Amino acid sequence: MTKQSPANIATIPDEGIDKGGQRLTTDQITRVISRHLEEEGGARLKIYMETCVHCGLCSDACHFYLSNDHDPKFSPAGKVKQALAPIIRKKGRVSVDFIKKASEIAFTECNLCRRCVMYCPFGINIAYLMLFIRRICHKLGVVPQYIQDTAHSHSATMNQMWVKEDEWIDTLHWQEDEARDEIENLRIPLEKEGADIFYSVIGPEPKFRAQLIYQAAVIMNAAGMDWTMPATSGWDNSDMCMYTGDEEMVARLKKVHFEAAMRLKTKRIVMGECGHAFRSVHDVGNRYLGWKMSPLSVIHAIEFYYELFRDRKLRVRQKYSIPVTLHDPCNVVRGGGLHELARYVIHETCSRFVEMHPNREHNYCCGAGGGVINCGPPYTKKRESSSKVKADQLADAMARGAKVIIAPCHNCHSGLEDTVKHYGLDMEIKFLGDIIYECIYK
Amino acid sequence: MYHSYWDWNVGKKIIADLSQWRKTFEWVEEPYVSPDGETIAAIVKPEDLKFSVCANGELWENYFDKIWYLRFKPNNSLVALVSKDSRWTVAVAGQTWENGYDFVWDTRFSKDGKRITVAAVNENKYFAVTDGSPWEQTYPSLSNLTVSDDGRNAAAVVQSILFNSGEIFKFQQGCYTAAVNGKAWGTNFLNIWDMSFSPDGQHLAAEVRKTLYDYTIVVDGQPWDKNFLSVWKPKFNPKDGSVTAPVKVRGGWALARNGEIFWDERFLQLWHHQYSADGKNIAAIVAPRFGQWTIAVNGRPWPVTFNNLVTDLVVSPDGRRIACAAKSDGQWYIAADGQCWDNGFDMVWAPVFSPDSRHIAVKVEKDGRFFVVIDGNPLKMDFTAAWDPIFSPDSEKIMIKGIGCDGNESQYCRHILNLYD
Repeated sequence: MTKQSPANIATIPDEGIDKGGQRLTTDQITRVISRHLEEEGGARLKIYMETCVHCGLCSDACHFYLSNDHDPKFSPAGKVKQALAPIIRKKGRVSVDFIKKASEIAFTECNLCRRCVMYCPFGINIAYLMLFIRRICHKLGVVPQYIQDTAHSHSATMNQMWVKEDEWIDTLHWQEDEARDEIENLRIPLEKEGADIFYSVIGPEPKFRAQLIYQAAVIMNAAGMDWTMPATSGWDNSDMCMYTGDEEMVARLKKVHFEAAMRLKTKRIVMGECGHAFRSVHDVGNRYLGWKMSPLSVIHAIEFYYELFRDRKLRVRQKYSIPVTLHDPCNVVRGGGLHELARYVIHETCSRFVEMHPNREHNYCCGAGGGVINCGPPYTKKRESSSKVKADQLADAMARGAKVIIAPCHNCHSGLEDTVKHYGLDMEIKFLGDIIYECIYK
Repeated sequence: MYHSYWDWNVGKKIIADLSQWRKTFEWVEEPYVSPDGETIAAIVKPEDLKFSVCANGELWENYFDKIWYLRFKPNNSLVALVSKDSRWTVAVAGQTWENGYDFVWDTRFSKDGKRITVAAVNENKYFAVTDGSPWEQTYPSLSNLTVSDDGRNAAAVVQSILFNSGEIFKFQQGCYTAAVNGKAWGTNFLNIWDMSFSPDGQHLAAEVRKTLYDYTIVVDGQPWDKNFLSVWKPKFNPKDGSVTAPVKVRGGWALARNGEIFWDERFLQLWHHQYSADGKNIAAIVAPRFGQWTIAVNGRPWPVTFNNLVTDLVVSPDGRRIACAAKSDGQWYIAADGQCWDNGFDMVWAPVFSPDSRHIAVKVEKDGRFFVVIDGNPLKMDFTAAWDPIFSPDSEKIMIKGIGCDGNESQYCRHILNLYD
């Protein structure tokens, strides 16, 4: 066994990491990593690892570093140095304890938000390197329990919340019934072949936030859209396997998603307000399957709402009067460039908008993304303490009048809820859809 | 099949005017048309909180609290999933099966339309029901319902071992299997996904994951000897019973047969392979390079490629011709026999071959209007809605089904055209 310093030992008990580690031997680790480096550690990895000059410019870009008293072990380059550099230097001959610590770092101390990429003089993609470690952890079976359970749900049900086929359909029927109490003859069209829009959501919507499906139906109805949702697998556009390093499952999930839309002969996919799902559908999973871009047009809810207001498909009855601020989600802003479209929608629907600083592509991560919140309760305290800089940013917006945070992303929503509660901020968090639903003529 | 009994006299037959339905009912869902074109039907709301089905202007006798998934069977009878007093069942031509369930979904028909199977649940116990007869065995969950061509056999992925949320290592031991007509295979797997019955319905092949990293094909519960990096849906050779599946190996995707690599070629992607009826030819959708899609026949890709996608691969009845829908630079196209037809569209449906394999007809959409293209030439008829064309058994005529031809935007007609006029 390689001698370990205390800093290299995983500190938070996690059955996925602990029990997964118990099944490993150093020889096995070396064998798996060597093969992985040979098969998947190509030019990109080599260039990134050999180009970094440890200038430290990435440090001040990282909310973990900023929130943890500028502790260098939380700097992006520091995390790579701890969790990946020894793997490459030792050609995979690292200990079980090293792998456990590397798993904790890669899964719970980096949100893959890519803010540091913008500040690196060489554009080194730290998120890619962290995902490279996660992929190794997947292959070694040392993945935090909660997110691994979610990956299992994806594999067994094609959604991240263990929602069974009948439960999905039943939820849509239920939401349709509820909505008809408000809007007579409103319909959630299931399996409507040839509809213009295939509307897809993430697993937590039918499980915990069914009202978002209700609201989406009201918005579609008010805008006169020709839309449908599938009664089969493929309705969930989310993808925690992208964050556990199970790329084979990522491909399978995206195939099911795109093929559901193709089967129904829909012209484009409109996704609900989720950031990581957008990354998976628009950028990652499609490419694992061999599509250069998305085979069908895919747009995030922000862009869809923008189109509806731009084309005057929706009319505002009364603007939302409580001052709002906007949290720019990493995956749709740094990853998708939708920041101005989000502001357009806010200006259409809200009477007072307070920018938070920094904003747009420079915004701080919510602290939940990249699968970090999906690693579950063992890491909640670490996640909350590592969101201090986010809390300061929100407090500043609050001091300038903002009472509501608009976060057009599910993970951001959940992370910001924890941050607001932990730091005692008197702010409410809403989706764009919540605001639109409240403001429009229905 | 039934085609020879249908009315193939050349001419136009007006079936229904949907504007009357819209005047009569405050709720009219999108209509469906029978394969023979003689009936058009939609879910309607004749009374407050009561739903029924209107077929050619006639209402089903029974009203329901909810109706969904209205579809015609291949033998032209009308089927829907219906609910009354919170019990769900299947209604065929308005008549319900005797038993009700907590929920039913995933309607499957036999090829001849004589048998119907649905997935069902009662008190969290899952099973399948064929023509009103439920499986004797029930399971904690059920998905991926599959039926044999004759509809006599039904299979599904079922949970065989219970586990609690978060029991990741128990899950990884394998808690799922397949059940055929209710009876589970003896072997468990981490995951089972798409399955195929053999043409005679006596064998079942499935794509499985044995561990987090080992994928293979299982036939009647027995895995292939070899594992792969991933696999897609297996198919039975219609003649010799062998099983083929796309498998991912180092270097790309290949086609494997009975566990051994069968096609020498490697592709960046390979899926949805189809056999000719004689089992001699296999066609598949492939990506020879990143972002380039085409069809490969017996491992040899067509020269034409598409940069968005290829879908709806169809093999002609004689097994010699292949057609598909494809998309390049945002436009949809039809490709057949290795060549792309000229016109681009906003949407293209699955190509339809004539029984003699000489002709191909395809429903397409352009600028909000629907057309039928035959052998590359669009018919001079356009519709506000249309259904797949069908050739006559002698391949001399074609049936075109659409709403909104000849200036009447709400009239549904079936047209029989002579192909050689």
